[in-house]
Amino acid sequence: MASSPKLDAKIPEGPLAEKWTKYRSTVPLVNPANKRSLEVIVVGSGLAGGSAAATLAEMGYKVKVFCFQDSARRAHSIAAQGGINAAKNYQNDGDSTYRLFYDTIKGGDYRAREANVHRLAEVSGNIIDQCVAQGVPLAREYGGLLSNRSFGGTQVQRTFYAAGQTGQQLLLGAYSALSRQVGYGSVEMFARHEMLDVVTIDGRARGIIARNLVTGELEKHFGHAVLLCTGGYGNVFYLSTNAMGSNVTAAWKAHKKGAFFGNPCFTQIHPTCIPVSGDHQSKLTLMSESLRNDGRIWVPLKKDDNRKPNEIPEEERDYYLERRYPAFGNLVPRDVASRAAKERCDAGYGVGASKMAVYLDFAANTDRYGKTEANKQGIHNPTKEQIRELGKAVVKEKYGNLFDMYQQITGENPYEVPMRIYPAVHYTMGGLWVDYNLMTTVPGLYALGEANFSDHGANRLGASALMQGLADGYFVIPYTIGVYLSTEVTRMSAEKAKSDSIDKLKTNHPEFEKALSEVKGQIEKFFSIKGTKSVESFHKRLGKIMWDKCGMARNRKGLEEAITEIRALREEFWKDVRVLGDANEFNPDLEKAGRVADFLELGELMCLDALKREESCGGHFREEHQTEEGEAKRDDDNFAYVAAWEFKNVGDWELNKEELKFENIKIAQRSYK
Amino acid sequence: MGSGNGQMLNLTLKVWRQKNGKAKGSFETHQVSGISTDMSFLEMFDVLNEKLIHEGKEPIAFDHDCREGICGMCSMYINGRPHGPKGGITTCQLHMRSFKNGDTIIVEPWRSAAFPVIKDLVVDRSAFDRIIASGGYVSVNTGNAKDANNILIPKTAADAAFDAAACIGCGACVAACKNASAMLFVSAKVSQLALLPQGQVERKERVLKMVSQMDEEGFGNCTNTGACEAECPKGISLENIARMNREFLGAELTTAKK
Ligand SMILES: Cc1cc2nc3c(=O)[nH]c(=O)nc-3n(C[C@H](O)[C@H](O)[C@H](O)COP(=O)(O)OP(=O)(O)OC[C@H]3O[C@@H](n4cnc5c(N)ncnc54)[C@H](O)[C@@H]3O)c2cc1C
Ligand code: SF4
Ligand code: FES
Repeated sequence: MASSPKLDAKIPEGPLAEKWTKYRSTVPLVNPANKRSLEVIVVGSGLAGGSAAATLAEMGYKVKVFCFQDSARRAHSIAAQGGINAAKNYQNDGDSTYRLFYDTIKGGDYRAREANVHRLAEVSGNIIDQCVAQGVPLAREYGGLLSNRSFGGTQVQRTFYAAGQTGQQLLLGAYSALSRQVGYGSVEMFARHEMLDVVTIDGRARGIIARNLVTGELEKHFGHAVLLCTGGYGNVFYLSTNAMGSNVTAAWKAHKKGAFFGNPCFTQIHPTCIPVSGDHQSKLTLMSESLRNDGRIWVPLKKDDNRKPNEIPEEERDYYLERRYPAFGNLVPRDVASRAAKERCDAGYGVGASKMAVYLDFAANTDRYGKTEANKQGIHNPTKEQIRELGKAVVKEKYGNLFDMYQQITGENPYEVPMRIYPAVHYTMGGLWVDYNLMTTVPGLYALGEANFSDHGANRLGASALMQGLADGYFVIPYTIGVYLSTEVTRMSAEKAKSDSIDKLKTNHPEFEKALSEVKGQIEKFFSIKGTKSVESFHKRLGKIMWDKCGMARNRKGLEEAITEIRALREEFWKDVRVLGDANEFNPDLEKAGRVADFLELGELMCLDALKREESCGGHFREEHQTEEGEAKRDDDNFAYVAAWEFKNVGDWELNKEELKFENIKIAQRSYK
Repeated sequence: MGSGNGQMLNLTLKVWRQKNGKAKGSFETHQVSGISTDMSFLEMFDVLNEKLIHEGKEPIAFDHDCREGICGMCSMYINGRPHGPKGGITTCQLHMRSFKNGDTIIVEPWRSAAFPVIKDLVVDRSAFDRIIASGGYVSVNTGNAKDANNILIPKTAADAAFDAAACIGCGACVAACKNASAMLFVSAKVSQLALLPQGQVERKERVLKMVSQMDEEGFGNCTNTGACEAECPKGISLENIARMNREFLGAELTTAKK
């Protein structure tokens, strides 16, 4: 298989371990005076956008940042709980850049690009240094050194954390760096603004159309480059662990303007989430993977066992992950753990009222901690109760906020009874296709963080999204953007005398007006339909189709049906949706209408991608392709590629393939046994 | 208790409606029925909004995003208390099992001159961003950092800094305070950085700038009522305010006036 000529990944020559260092020291630079005349638009203020914007402003570029929340600090990254990976080897347990690289490629089931992943592992350590320098209070040991925990898919302890609020602390670090630049006037911040289109001129990204969500005004913004750091699209499933506002609109509009969409069907279903409790459910809540460090997952050995968990004796419990995967046990990667939970529940061993849940039990480890603590405190012959209490205190320090959250939602006390958990949509590995420079197929348009497809293949390892977002923003884009912007400098000086140059016209260029009137047209359309059904109801129905037919397990028949159903739903939406209020005011329902309209197009592409990928890999499990033990069965001869979809028309795409070459890792059947 | 066993509630809601920042607002009364005790407070609002849309009436605008108590976006003043009747949680973490069948619930936006209403229950909290931008950071450019373990930080200091850093910037402290003071919010950031070695170099300058910006934004004075601490969903302690006062006095005394 050869890659499509439309896709040039621009991977530098040379041995894997030297590619980035060499490239970094030879990329074209932009001199400080020129930086001041270059404008960069950053859409998104999460870990990727916040870190990129702050760094680019520090370097001297003129930066504008957009986010739809009321403050940059509220980007969805804030919700990340468990931790961030880095190959520091502080625990002296054999970690290294190569091992992090290897774990990530293997965890991704051999569907990621080697060069990008190696670079990610190389810069991972710098991220921790940077965050600590900003004053991010990562967890420490008594000696004052940084503490680590383990996450799934690895056998070393390389995860840095701040209780169960790692994303919050890292994001507040990036936000403080960003705020500093806002204070200096180097970044202009546009909160409560939603990007509704990319403006391209002669095929290059030149700016965006954004809606001021408070006044409803449509605004034109010019940029020499546009960075989309707009997060993932898990909310296409309606129920997910994502924040309510997370959406695909920015990426989707870019896709329709020429940016190819990479591996759209690669979705991560996270094994440990609080189960659905009823029809009213608006979102699902994650219980961090870090809990699998100390929690053991089990179901009763007997079908339909209605006893309370504490009444089921040890020998009548099935610790199915430990049974099936003795080497990794409860720490197998997410896709494997999720499918195993589904398998047990489908087979009738599920627990709780809905029977769609399994137990995550902390009792054994609480007691183990309690004993250690008793020894530390010099308590001889402690009672069972004493041990429990001491152990609970340790567990509370590690996961207190998660346990509180669980109790708030379910009304049950997880210190006393095991948690009930079930898999839920959590993360999207797919996203805009980018080259080694993080540039999409539209020159001047970049995608960073969860919005791009790049580093996680078909399954992301825990604690690697925060790492990737910050790597992209702090340490990759500041270098790679120079490759493009240095050509802009040349162009600008060549066009200096031109009275109608892009740099003089800026938002007065007719393409801006055109894009603006298209956006306006869509908004007017929403109000003109005056249908009978709420936006929310369409979103819910789409989510159900996606979850049932493009979720944890997929098959040809289901995917074909899903495509037909989504098309029909889309048609109904554009005939019968009801959007109330006004365009020229704060109108959350209108915002949501635009987002759901885009999900209705994306959903179809996800099903199409899942249909065309006739193999199982990572989070993409095609029932037709599994081993006898029910594990995912890859087809490396035919599918070791990135599917990069080119938009032709609504419901019409062309597939372009980027061949994945594994030169440093022997591609093998993934085994965690 | 536990999910799946929810009872159903019928409730009366008195909700603040205000078209925009310039318009005059007023309360609107709505009946909602069939509310499961397993629902969150915001899911109850979803039900109400669906009903309003069905009736052709404009849904009620309210801020929310993560719905798990961490983004700081949700902000309802419920029965006279920011984030509702239970301590230590945000509006989105409040569940209907905290209410009884037949209850009347009054819902208003945060009220403070520094947080003008945008629409219905949505207010403008950008003043908080401007306070952080005035000095709530360590001045370190990307790439300037040394190895993270070169800075040893005693666990107690790291933990105390973390506790202060847990602030979600929701503004409940301001809404709870009769003077609409932002001291708890500002002192949490000042404390976090004052407790850590990384924050020492700019320690004095930071507190002076942040306090001055806070005053400029029109927040009220602190008269030590402690209402902020009582209503803070993240347990940010009054000790932070005391620390900030010390920091501020110390900085004023030792910094030469220009
Ligand atoms: C509950 C939860 C827990 C997690 N825990 C972990 C963890 O422990 N470790 C880990 O590594 N990963 C974790 N993840 C994944 C990780 O948090 C995300 O992948 C990552 O934070 C995404 O960062 P981002 O910068 O790409 O996007 P986001 O943080 O999602 O930011 C998106 C930004 O784009 C803006 N935006 C989007 N669209 C528009 C538009 N049209 N116009 C204007 N602005 C727009 C938003 O306002 C926002 O500022 C977790 C995810 C969830 C859901
Ligand atoms: S101090 Fe507490 S109440 Fe005030 S903004 Fe922070 S979290 Fe909210
Ligand atoms: S919605 Fe995020 S804290 Fe409530």
